[in-house]
Amino acid sequence: MSGNLNLTLKVWRQKDAKSAGRFETYKVADISTDMSFLEMLDVLNEQLQNEGKEPVAFDHDCREGICGSCGLMINGHAHGPDRATTTCQLHMRRFHDGETIVIEPWRAKPFPVIRDLVVDRSAFDRIIQRGGYVSVNTGNAPEANSTPVPQPNQMTAMDAAACIGCGACVASCKNASAMLFVGAKVSQYAVLPQGRPERERRVLRMVAQMDEEGFGACTNTLECEAACPAGVKVSNIQRLNREYLRALFLGTGPEPSAED
Amino acid sequence: MSDINLTSKAPGGPMALRWTTHKNAMKLVAPNNRRKFEIIVVGTGLAGASAAASLAEMGYQVKAFCFQDSPRRAHSIAAQGGINAAKNYCNDGDSIDRLFVDTIKGGDYRAREANVYRLAEISVKIIDHCVAQGVPFAREYGGLLANRSFGGAQVSRTFYARGQTGQQLLLGAYGALERQVDSGRLRMFPRREMLDLVVADGVARGIVTRNLITGEFEVHTGHAVLLATGGYGNVFFLSTNAKGCNVTASWRAHRRGALFANPCFTQIHPTCVPVKGSYQSKLTLMSESLRNDGRVWVPKNPGDKRRPEDIPESDRDYYLERRYPSYGNLVPRDVASRAAKLMCDQGFGVGPSGLAVYLDFRDAIKRDGESTIRAKYGNLFHMYRKITDDDPYHVPMMIYPAVHYTMGGLWVDYNLESTIPGLFVLGEANFSDHGANRLGASALMQGLADGYFVIPYTVAPHLAGRKLPDINADHPACREALESAEARVKKLLSINGERTVDSFHRELGLLVWDKCGMARNDAGLRQARQRIQELREEFWSNVRVPGSGGSFNQSLEKAGRVADFLEFAELMVRDALERRESCGGHFREEFQTEDNEAKRDDDTYGYAAAWQFQGGNKDEILHKEPLEFEVAKPTQRSYK
Ligand SMILES: Cc1cc2nc3c(=O)[nH]c(=O)nc-3n(C[C@H](O)[C@H](O)[C@H](O)COP(=O)(O)OP(=O)(O)OC[C@H]3O[C@@H](n4cnc5c(N)ncnc54)[C@H](O)[C@@H]3O)c2cc1C
Ligand code: FES
Repeated sequence: MSGNLNLTLKVWRQKDAKSAGRFETYKVADISTDMSFLEMLDVLNEQLQNEGKEPVAFDHDCREGICGSCGLMINGHAHGPDRATTTCQLHMRRFHDGETIVIEPWRAKPFPVIRDLVVDRSAFDRIIQRGGYVSVNTGNAPEANSTPVPQPNQMTAMDAAACIGCGACVASCKNASAMLFVGAKVSQYAVLPQGRPERERRVLRMVAQMDEEGFGACTNTLECEAACPAGVKVSNIQRLNREYLRALFLGTGPEPSAED
Repeated sequence: MSDINLTSKAPGGPMALRWTTHKNAMKLVAPNNRRKFEIIVVGTGLAGASAAASLAEMGYQVKAFCFQDSPRRAHSIAAQGGINAAKNYCNDGDSIDRLFVDTIKGGDYRAREANVYRLAEISVKIIDHCVAQGVPFAREYGGLLANRSFGGAQVSRTFYARGQTGQQLLLGAYGALERQVDSGRLRMFPRREMLDLVVADGVARGIVTRNLITGEFEVHTGHAVLLATGGYGNVFFLSTNAKGCNVTASWRAHRRGALFANPCFTQIHPTCVPVKGSYQSKLTLMSESLRNDGRVWVPKNPGDKRRPEDIPESDRDYYLERRYPSYGNLVPRDVASRAAKLMCDQGFGVGPSGLAVYLDFRDAIKRDGESTIRAKYGNLFHMYRKITDDDPYHVPMMIYPAVHYTMGGLWVDYNLESTIPGLFVLGEANFSDHGANRLGASALMQGLADGYFVIPYTVAPHLAGRKLPDINADHPACREALESAEARVKKLLSINGERTVDSFHRELGLLVWDKCGMARNDAGLRQARQRIQELREEFWSNVRVPGSGGSFNQSLEKAGRVADFLEFAELMVRDALERRESCGGHFREEFQTEDNEAKRDDDTYGYAAAWQFQGGNKDEILHKEPLEFEVAKPTQRSYK
């Protein structure tokens, strides 16, 4: 049902990484329930600019739930109250007239704040650099259908590969663990024949980088799965653990792994 | 700059041998010499990431740039439906020749034949490569790759990864790029915006960027510059493009001498979620793949207020199936969009605004079961429901056309080189292989063809064949470009007027959508041109950009982009005025057949229009690259 809302917003404002931040309170009126959450923030920002103030900085790009740019803590929930939903897909029909909404950036040591609600997630790129790929140069690929992939493996790979790299898993975890993110990438390649040749090296290097970036350990609170907008499952963390142990056992040496 | 030479450099001879002939004749750079060359790649979407990774793999030093915080977030990530390749895995008569002819015809005979043939030829290698990268394309039970159909084709040649094909292809290219970062041959500069091009002694040798976190300006020099900065659909404000998509890099290069081709060729996609309110910030695409199973209809009686499920078969008009029996719901996009507009203009539209038609899955769900439909389109249905609060498993979707893709772009020759030596343009940013209308699932194909399989060869003749003396940031050309970029930013911050950047952008968008959108006419285009000039003047005297230049400032980023859109929009309108014919996405109301189809004029307009910047407020000069069709002879397109 369409309608209009008057809301109070408590928004985290922070000038840059070095400055201390604080909450500012703003009122927005006449917000259509058909608006997306980010469109509501657009309205706030137009209002602030018309008052001669600086708008609230937040990351966004696709506004359809796929690029992983957006990411806000909304009333303490990563990406807000809905499951399987990014901040940009959240709509104002989910809120009530007169409500106060608290809006914060991702809070995690490996994701320092850049400004207001914008954080630095480059740690994810550095983890991918350590093995989030199959090492194949352009030009030397075999005919695509020469390697059949059983449909269940393809589906499992796709479920894992759906990760949008937004960081909600880290933000929602009290340990700031990145195991869901890393587990998703490791799983995608662990179940595909194309990923097998680098299986051990990949997981060892990615986990080492994850640790170096300061992400915490997983203590099975499953908050990450609940917060994930792309539906990535914690079974990927279990696979990550198995793959890691297996690689520790086998090592990454040139010796071929017996059978998988 | 008057001695413009628009020769395509495509070789002659049999069409099927041209790319091979060309490759064999090209100069090479030997492996041990490659590390001496530094290549700048601006944009790391599909086209840029694939190029950057491939060139670094070959041994070149690469510096790559994007404005997002990570290359994985480029607009390419949002592509849903799929990527074409002439594999003929479905045994339904597909071939390279057929993909070539479909693409030329789909583009309404306004693309360069040799390029399109090469694209079709390379398409098969792209799939091989992406599969080797571990891209989880959909598969059949037997483990082999699955295909579906897309508009403008009568074969199934589209490869897909659920409704997230662009995401999976981009993550493949992004992984390849990050692997090269690990190897040390590639340096990635995220959150950087290119604000100018450095042209030294007539050759593109660098770029000026602004660090979007600190606000610092930087000059980066190299031996070649590749632009893969995407399309300009956001000139319309509302489009299916990501919010950051912009024309700035292309426009700055244009101002430095790169010709801009066919700016009026823009694609309006038929199946998007309709506009709801004036606050709307973007439009969401519902993939063309849905037209495989969804049927498009409107009520037979104008203003029929019954709920769609209450309207019986006899009162429904499946107008695409009626008008185009052989392609049905899978006619090309320009045809489907115009048909929807026509129905709505005649009063048959549905929804609160009357600007929508139904896309109905009832029959497909009855035929195949809900779970099959869910497996194919689940994420799209989920997305639709999030936006509209309606459940398309039970009520038909409402859709309307929206701006989606831009066929126009910087003019390039067969080597993808612009009219500035050393400046190459890839992906949606070039004027490309899609003529006046792009077929679905062909942009991913083109971006990856350009990046993986064309530029690695065609950059070599430039590097090996031209004198490229050392250059650094102290070169006068670098300093001049840096100073002009800084001055522009300073100016934007100093105006301190009354209107926000967005309010200008929205006004510009509405104007070009009305006058230079799905239908165009002489009077409307003239009015638009006038109004754009006024709006531009107002912008430069009355825009308000809060904050400072020395920090993270999103208003400032937007202001620069909108300023460039305000210049570009005039050229787009000018091009539309000049082209007094209808073709593909360019529909001039004055030029249509009796049954409202686009009426081309090959004798007068069988060319690519390439515009040359003149500086100040002087009119741009039009150059023409004549298009010759040796194999795919132009006919009146028919999808009946
Ligand atoms: C919703 C949607 C669905 C689509 N679905 C399909 C589909 O199913 N099949 C298909 O074939 N096509 C599809 N397309 C079209 C296709 O996705 C795009 O045409 C294609 O991805 C463009 O790729 P690109 O690499 O050229 O540019 P982009 O992916 O747009 O990348 C541009 C890059 O340039 C950078 N950049 C831009 N400006 C600057 C600047 N000034 N300074 C620095 N960096 C800059 C950006 O950061 C980015 O990295 C779809 C498009 C949309 C909008
Ligand atoms: S803006 Fe892209 S996922 Fe939200």
